[in-house]
Parts: sequence; structure tokens; C-alpha cells
Amino acid sequence: MFSFLIRRAISAVAMLLIVSMVTFGIFFLLPRLAGQTTDQLAAAYAGKAPTQAAIADIKERLGLDDPIAVQYGRFVKGVVAGQDFSNGPSVMHCGAPCLGYSFRTSEPVLPTLLDRAPVTVSLALGAAVFWLIAGIGVGVLSALRRGSAFDRAAMMTALAGVSLPVYFTGLVSLAVFAYGLKLWPEGVAYRSFTEDPVDWAYNLILPWATLAFLHAALYARLTRAGMLETLNEDYIRTARAKGLPERTVITKHALRASLTPILTIFGLDLGLLLGGAVLTEKTFGFPGLGALSIDSIRSGDLPMVMGVVLLATIFIVVASFVVDVLYAVIDPRVRLE
Amino acid sequence: MGKFTTTAVAAVGLMLSVGLAACGSDKESGSADASGFNAVEKGVVNPSDKKGGTIRYASSDDWDSPDMGDTYYAFSQNFGRLYGRALTTFKVGPGKESLEIVPDLAETLGTPSDEGKTWTYKIRKGVKFDDGTEVTSKDVKYAVERSNFSSELQLGPKYFKQYLLDNDPPYKGPYEDKSEEGLKSIETPDDHTIVFHLNQPFSEFDYLVQMQTQPVPRAKDKGLEYQKSIVSSGPYKIDSYERGKHMKLSRNQHWDKATDPLRTALPDTIEVALKQNADDLDQKLMSGALEMDIAGTGVQGAAQPKVLGDAKHKANADNVTAGYLRYVAVNQHVKPLDNVHCRRAVAYATDKVAAQTAFGGPVAGGEIATTVVPPSVTGYAKADRYPVGADQHGDLEKAKAELAECGQPNGFSTKISARSDRPKEVAAAQGIQQGLAKVGIKTEIVQVPAGDYFNKYAGTPKWVHDNGVGLMMMAWAADWPSGFGFLQQIVDGRAIKPSGGTNLQETDLPEVNQLFDEAIKDTNAEARNARYTKVDQLVMEDAGIVPLIYARLLLYRPANVTNVTLTHGYGGMYDYLNLGVE
Repeated sequence: MFSFLIRRAISAVAMLLIVSMVTFGIFFLLPRLAGQTTDQLAAAYAGKAPTQAAIADIKERLGLDDPIAVQYGRFVKGVVAGQDFSNGPSVMHCGAPCLGYSFRTSEPVLPTLLDRAPVTVSLALGAAVFWLIAGIGVGVLSALRRGSAFDRAAMMTALAGVSLPVYFTGLVSLAVFAYGLKLWPEGVAYRSFTEDPVDWAYNLILPWATLAFLHAALYARLTRAGMLETLNEDYIRTARAKGLPERTVITKHALRASLTPILTIFGLDLGLLLGGAVLTEKTFGFPGLGALSIDSIRSGDLPMVMGVVLLATIFIVVASFVVDVLYAVIDPRVRLE
Repeated sequence: MGKFTTTAVAAVGLMLSVGLAACGSDKESGSADASGFNAVEKGVVNPSDKKGGTIRYASSDDWDSPDMGDTYYAFSQNFGRLYGRALTTFKVGPGKESLEIVPDLAETLGTPSDEGKTWTYKIRKGVKFDDGTEVTSKDVKYAVERSNFSSELQLGPKYFKQYLLDNDPPYKGPYEDKSEEGLKSIETPDDHTIVFHLNQPFSEFDYLVQMQTQPVPRAKDKGLEYQKSIVSSGPYKIDSYERGKHMKLSRNQHWDKATDPLRTALPDTIEVALKQNADDLDQKLMSGALEMDIAGTGVQGAAQPKVLGDAKHKANADNVTAGYLRYVAVNQHVKPLDNVHCRRAVAYATDKVAAQTAFGGPVAGGEIATTVVPPSVTGYAKADRYPVGADQHGDLEKAKAELAECGQPNGFSTKISARSDRPKEVAAAQGIQQGLAKVGIKTEIVQVPAGDYFNKYAGTPKWVHDNGVGLMMMAWAADWPSGFGFLQQIVDGRAIKPSGGTNLQETDLPEVNQLFDEAIKDTNAEARNARYTKVDQLVMEDAGIVPLIYARLLLYRPANVTNVTLTHGYGGMYDYLNLGVE
């Protein structure tokens, strides 16, 4: 177990380094290879029709003319030892681990990420609970009532859930439930859990439902397929022949075996969503990591993009790790070595 | 199968009934009176002096910076007057009254001397920051120094740096140059007098000082981070600003109405929700969950049919002329467009209706344009040098005649540039392409990224000449709504730059340049405006610009918002200075 943890920790650090290099390269190297000059990069940080003097000032302040290796080295040094930034009249120290300073928003990156993370975590975890319960529940019932009207209706709904994009179902749900039926007459907006848990949950119900609808549909189909396959296995027939109650056969033997592939997907899905539920956050105007990442990409805010990407990578690495551990719990044949 | 059908029908029925119930409340209002449509063009909508309440704004985006020394957005300048008082501002009033510049922090408009090279302003006494200290001329001088001369604040305009006399050696801004004297060309002989010394006569200086002269106390300046701790000199102070989330304002207890003849300060609090979904924002406006879209760029395409199709909503909407022009720049050096007759052939053959349709039609896109200066800018005079037929699809006969005079009777080939990430602009270019093809002018559309349009492509003459790009799609709005503010950067020969220029067609007519020089020295506004009209006529005669549309916006103002007027000073959005809520 210990060596397993050490190996995973080393691979996680290596993964973060590679991801940071690739992201840095995408933002700095590719535009240069495509002919973009540092003048054009600098102009993006200025107002309308900047003068050459203004562009020169920006390039000097941001070090845009330094070699890419030097700029990347500066980023890594900031992570390890911290960095100083001038905001004009004074110098601001960004302590380690400093993920940089956004000159687009005039904010250090890490505090911004930590400020936005609770929004995404609230959204992703709540929706995950909804879609696991609904998806697995419907999947099991469909498998047990294969060919019934319920099964067909459920699978048809699942097909719609998988097919309809979040920005469509989200806006329709707002039009119908929020402004039409006046269940949320003021619309929805993110509220902090620590300030008012009831208001937090009230404002999250629609985003949870929207996000869960998409994922539950997929999970229902996967669970149904897994259950149907497992229910035809010899050991299920043996369990029934032994006279075990049907509930025990379904929950302890069939469902447990069917859950293994679902767990893998769930880990990745949750990790991805924790890195930013982009469409859901943008649809409902929630200031989470997903909205931050898309805004940062659009405005060419490299330090912020780097921060979000690294945090998302951490979420996925951790989620994968947890899934590996849970495999051992669900399936006794799996050992962590 | 029977059970399935029953279940499916029941499910569909439930969905439809929920949907219809949701729509029902809107349909019920369909018989309402829509006579309030465009009411803002006629006067003040919902006049009221009722104080109190919270006015809720929202935006699908965020500020570039709410620091008045580091912002360029029009909505930011408009809204910023609630917490910052510049020396001058635009008058609150219906129609063209909103183009008038009036004193704000200053007692009167500026007093010019030295043939318009020196401008003196007297600052009102008793104006206080939200910390209770009195505003002085030094705070105004400091605001100009930091916004125009520091290397940190780069988002706003730099006109003061361009027009003020510089130190020798050049002034480096207050963050590097810590001397008391600072920029020598701004003098503060006493706490209530400020004198600006310019490097050339500039008769429109009153327009310039409506930007970036909101006072900043040196001791409270935090440079780039000042945007989160702005010291207010207006009726409201900023309680919190969280980028990407919201801004909240409450009353500045030290604001004194006796010092401020312009503002009424009706609401108790102001809230701005940021980064909202644009379509949801429109729904909130129409459902009464929001009072104002702060961006002031109009409702989204998805909401337009609902606004125009429902009398109740239409009564709360205004289809207004924005202060910008969409046009085709016809380059003077790309053959055969170096011949004025070929340029005129393009002007006659351009299908303006196709362009208008591409940009959203007459309501959301704009009105067909025939001049360079839009109607909402001073200096506009109605004219149509190149009538393109009653149907506005192009006068092909006159185009062919001009082609013959140009020596290209069968037409010619050239290229049109458009911004690839602006699909409406690309569609408009395609419409123009089809129109020109009718007289044999064959065009290839060159799509380039918007972010590099001026720095690398259309604004770089070498790229334009080397690639034979004779026609360039363009949109332009003024930094201040005068003929000079609108025209100078796009038709003055001295505005042609090696890169990053906006005189794309490279107009360089000595008579036009001379008119700008004369106008900017002339303190008589009427005489100035006559010159701008003349510039417009000369540029049209030269056919360097083919005006396409005067942009229009479909704005929405919920019925509970009071004192609604339009401000052409900020490009045709609602004036935020004196809005209230019922």
C-alpha cells in the first residue's frame, strides 16, 4: 500500500510538470510559431489602439521578450519560492506556492482559484449525488423490468438527457421553472453555504438537476447494460439456486459487480467536473472554476489558465487515485500493489 | 406497447402543460399597449423623484477595470459617474441634449487661453471624498498623471499624454517619479484651480477632461489594485467589488447635493451582478428580476422576437441609434482602387441591404448609412453621395459607368478582409461580395483574427498592399461624440501608422488634414461642426469609405425603472446617472 502511494505521488508530480509545460507551450510557443509577435501579445493587455511606447512598457513589465524557458523558469520558481509583483506604487509579495499574478484581473492566481473552487465543488458534488441515485436506480429498475413501458420510457428519457446540451436544458429549465412557474422568480445565483445553507441549496437545485440530467442518463444506460450482463452470469444463477433472497442476489451480487466500470467513469467525471463545470456555470452565471477558465482563455490570461489547468489536473489525479482505492473495496480480487 | 404509448403520451403532455403554463403569463400581456416603444427618444421615461430602494444591474461580462483611470469601456465611463466626478461630463437629457458637455467637478467649462493651448478649470468647493476629506486640484492632477503616464495602468485612453506638454526628460508617472512637482504642464496654483498646458491648440479639451479627471488621493492609490478600493467623490461609494462576481454600492455620506447640480442619487443601494448568462439576463429583465443590463449593447438575438412580438415588452423597449458606423474601407493604394472611379464603382455596387441583413436587420443591426459621421454625433449632416437605388441593393448602371471611366469596364479582382471570429461581419462581407460580382468585381474574402486585425492585418499598410486587400470591413465608434472625436483617427492622413492604425483606407487628403487643424483651433462649436461636415463630404467624394449601416440597438428598460433617458455621449445607451426604482 505504501509503495502504491509513493508511486502515485511521484506520477502526480510528473503529470503536473508535464501539464504545466504543455499549457505554457500552447499559450506562448504555438502563437509564436504561427507568427504572432510579442507586440501583439502585449497589445492584448492595453486599451484601444495602444502606442508603441505603451506596448514597450507592457512587454518590459511582463517580461514578454524573455526566452520562453526563462519565463517558464520564473513560473516554476514562483511555485517553489514565491514571487514579487509591482502593482504600481508598491510591490506585492506572492508567497509559495505562487501560481502567478493575473495582470488581466490584477489578482494573484491561487487566492482566486480558492475563492472560486467552492462554487464548482458545490455544483459537482451535489449533482453527482443526484445523478448517482437517479442513474443507478433507474438503470437497475430498467434492467429488472427489461422491455417494459418503464424501461422504454426511461431509456428514451436517458437518450434525451445524453443528447440535449446543458446550455439548452439549463435555459429551458430557467424559462419554465424560474420565470414561468415563478419557483425562482429572481432567477438563480450562487450563495455561499457558510452564509445561508438553505439559500445555497435552493439556488443550486436547478443547476444540480440540469447537470444531473445529463450524467444520470448515461449512468442509467450503463447500469442497465451492466446489470443485464451480470444477471446472466453463472454465479447469479448459482446464488438463486442456493435460495438466496432476490434482493440479496440483486444488491450484493449483481449490482456490486456492475458498479466496477461505473466507478471508473464516475471518478473521471467527478474529477473533470471539479476542474470546472464550464457549461453549467456559464448557463447559470455561477462564478466557478469552469467559468473562470473559459473567461481566462478568452481574454488570454495565461497565469489564470495555468492555475485552473493545474488545479483540474490535481482533481483528476486525486479522483483516479480514489477510484483505484475503491476498486479494492468493491472487488475483493483487486489488491493495491 | 399500449402501456408504453400511454406513458409516453402522459410524459409529453406533462412537459407541454408545464411549458405552456410557463409561457402563459407572457401571452396574457399580449394585448397590452405598446405605445411606450421608443419613448426614450421623446423624453424622460417614468420621471420620478422617489428616493430609496435598490437598483439591480447585471452584465454578461465584467469591467476592464472600474478604476476610472484604467478603463476604456463606454458603460464603465457612464456608470463610473456614480462614484467619480470628472471636471466635465455629458448632460442628462433627451435626444441630442445628451451630447452637450457640461461642468461637473468644475464650476464652469474650461477657460482657454494662449490660443487654446492653455485650459483653466475652477474646482467646486465642498466636494468631499467618501472618507470626508475635501477634493483638491492636486487630486485631479494626480489622477491624470497616474492614468496617462504610469506603465502599470494601460487599459484607458492616453489623450492627456498625447496633448499635454511633457517634462524634459519625459515624465515617467507618479509611481517612478516621486517628486512633488510631477508633470510640469499641469499646474495647481491653489486647491481649487487646475491649469493644463497643451502642446497644441485643442478646442475640444472640455471633452477630454470628462475622462480620467475623477480625483484620486495619492495616499490612497494602490495602482492596479486601486480598482478594489476606489475612493468615491460621487454620491455612491463602492462597498465591494469582486471580479467576475458583483459590485455593491451604497450612499457616500459625504456627498453634498449642494455641490452637485447634475445628480439626483435616488436609490439607496446599487448592485451589479457580473458574468451572467446573456440570455438569462434578458429573461431576468423581462420578468422583473433585474432593472438594467449595464453593458448597454441591447438584448440578445434570442430575446428580440419576444420583445418585439409582445406588446407589454415592446412598450418597455427602445430601438436606438448607437454611435458607431459599420463600413467598408477602400484602400487608396491597392490597384485598381487607386483610381477614384473604381472606388466609386464599389460604392455604387455595394448591396447595403445584404450587409444590413447580415448584421441583424434594421432593428438589431442598423439603419442604412450614407455618411461617415453617424446621426448621433455632432457634425452629421444628411447626405447621400452614392445613392444605391430605391431598394438599396446597389445602382449597377452607375457602377458600370464608373468602371468604364476607371478603365475596367469588365470589372476587376480584389480581396475583402473580415474578422473570422465575427460571423456577422463575415456574412456581411459575403453579401457585399455577391453584390459586387453583379458588375464584374470579383472578390476573395480573407478572414483574419479580430485580436490582430489592426496590429497585424488591416491596420498594417504593408500587409494590405502586399496581399492586394482592396476592401476591409470596419466598425468605428468615437471616444467622444464630436466630429473630431469620430473622424480624426479614421480619415486624417497623419493617423496612418505602420501598424495598429485605424485609417485603413489610407485617406490622406491635404484639404481634410487642413480642416482638422483649423477645427481643433476654433473655439466656435458651430464653425467646427461645419468643418466636420465638410470633411465627411470630401471623404465621401474620394470614395475611401463606403458607409454600410448606422448601428442600432434594441434596449430594454423594465417598467419599474424611473428617469430613463438615453445618452449619446456614451454611444447610445441608457444614462445611468439618475436612474431610480419604483
